[in-house]
Amino acid sequence: MDWAQLWSIVSLPDNIPIVALAVLVPFYTWYGLRQAQATDRLITQLESNPSLAQTHHRKIYPFQPGWARELQVWPYLLRVEFLAAIIVTLVLMIWSITLNAPLEEPANPNHTMNPSKAPWYFVGLQEMLVYFDPWFAGVVLPTLIVVGLMVFPYIDTNPLGVGYYTIKQRLIPLLGFGVGFLLWILLIFIGTFVRGPGWMWFWPGQTWDHTRVMYEVNHNLSDLLRITNPWLGAIAGVAAIGLFYTVTGWGIHKLVTRTRFDRKIYGRTNLLQYLTFQFFAITILVGLPAKMLLRLLFNIKYVLITPWFNI
Amino acid sequence: MESGRPDEESNIALKEKIREDWKELREDLKEPQKTQLWKSVFRVKHERADPRTRALGVLTNVFLHLHPARVNRDAVRYSYTWGMGGITFYLFIVLTFTGVLLMFYYHPTKIQAFRDILFLEHDVPFGKLLRNMHRWAAHLMIITLWLHMFRVVLTGSYKKPREFNWCVGVILLVLTLLLSFTGYLLPDDQLGFWAVTVGTNMARATPLLGSEGPLGPQLGMTPFNDVRFALLGGSIVDANALLRAYIWHCIAIPLIAGVFMGVHFWRVRKDGGISGPAPVMLESEIKPVLRR
Repeated sequence: MDWAQLWSIVSLPDNIPIVALAVLVPFYTWYGLRQAQATDRLITQLESNPSLAQTHHRKIYPFQPGWARELQVWPYLLRVEFLAAIIVTLVLMIWSITLNAPLEEPANPNHTMNPSKAPWYFVGLQEMLVYFDPWFAGVVLPTLIVVGLMVFPYIDTNPLGVGYYTIKQRLIPLLGFGVGFLLWILLIFIGTFVRGPGWMWFWPGQTWDHTRVMYEVNHNLSDLLRITNPWLGAIAGVAAIGLFYTVTGWGIHKLVTRTRFDRKIYGRTNLLQYLTFQFFAITILVGLPAKMLLRLLFNIKYVLITPWFNI
Repeated sequence: MESGRPDEESNIALKEKIREDWKELREDLKEPQKTQLWKSVFRVKHERADPRTRALGVLTNVFLHLHPARVNRDAVRYSYTWGMGGITFYLFIVLTFTGVLLMFYYHPTKIQAFRDILFLEHDVPFGKLLRNMHRWAAHLMIITLWLHMFRVVLTGSYKKPREFNWCVGVILLVLTLLLSFTGYLLPDDQLGFWAVTVGTNMARATPLLGSEGPLGPQLGMTPFNDVRFALLGGSIVDANALLRAYIWHCIAIPLIAGVFMGVHFWRVRKDGGISGPAPVMLESEIKPVLRR
């Protein structure tokens, strides 16, 4: 275990945000889910007691009949905002006094940095380059992620769960978004803490060896199937991807129609909404990790090879 | 010597006048809110702490007018909103402020850029602090933005009627990442240079529009006319790329982001204020779908 190596990566000023993320994301997940649990208990209580549902104020926060339902923005909201601004300024000041922004040697096109890493928020994209060609990892996949985020509200047809934390009423969308968010953070972690010189895999704490040579034979799917004819190889690739989409789509369908409540929401979804959901779920949430595993565990580089592009 | 007497009289009158004006001024200082100067700036009297004055205080103030006069009593709870959207906006303001100050010390040219950073760090008073604050605020802004998004998902706030505002938010996310990325090149050091080289090399592989992307060469794309060339203003990361990054970073993207932010905040109000904490809805209360 090379602690000095690990420390040199963790303590890099530009990596502090990732360390912060490792603390903040679990904290806020716990903070949100704790309120979700409280809401879920309230929902169960109200569902079993319809007369209480008629009179209850239906929030997990205390309320008494005499209390005003609304507060003046001045001072009750503005003072919170003002306080937040002061705290953020203080944190930022202390952070800026204690840690210096990195500055390296002047730009030199003749001296390539190794490893040369993107800024931390884009390291996830850079890590995807291992698993896909640049046109897919660098252009198509980011576009799909952005479009996928934008269609999110249009394919989530569940009318419940607006404006309060709940797991019970919104398990599927939370699962979908959660998997995507975790995947994104996982990619950033791999790219930052695992990838070393030559973008090779060094476990955290393993010494970076700049002279290391990895003897790694990558196969394509057609090689494994011992297909030499490019046409047959391409057909096999299309078939494999088709099979993957069918099987995963079937699995996701089973998942989103598992309970009676889920089937009720599914009944409110039209064909276009459902197919859009399936496309993004299969491609990003399952396809990306599946290709990662194929590459990391089985050294499979391409599934589909054509004269114009490879996947 | 005849003129001495009237002079003395007018002196006495003047003294009297000054004494009275002084007295008036002292009265004004005791209650500055009654002066013309004060009233011309602040239109609303804040004599009583009644709901109406407090509401008007918010509504008649240009900096506060995006707020409603009153909010849901639980909406001010930190536990619900986490304050991340507001903090993100505040960090944008901090970044604009520190960014403008940094612009005074920076030339976007290959000869001067790196030296300007050295000068900023070693000679400009508080220059290092200024640069550090700009850098860390940018990183912090990305974190708070992601957490804001996370909260919106957890509370289902992107749903009807706020679908469009969620899309505006996603665009703001992309713009924020681009702002950060364009800023990365500006110190013109190895870190920025190679990060931007790696980043823009991907543009080479853009389908149809990149010289090495699928179907790009077939459409006549070369390293000298593809989308990467447009981003860099050349075929390598050099002086033109630095200038382009600078203009995108300091002028174009902040302006575009400013417009989208305006829409984002406006829509928060127009879509019914922040989403909650709302009363829970039960499964038995779902209304059937209305098919058009």
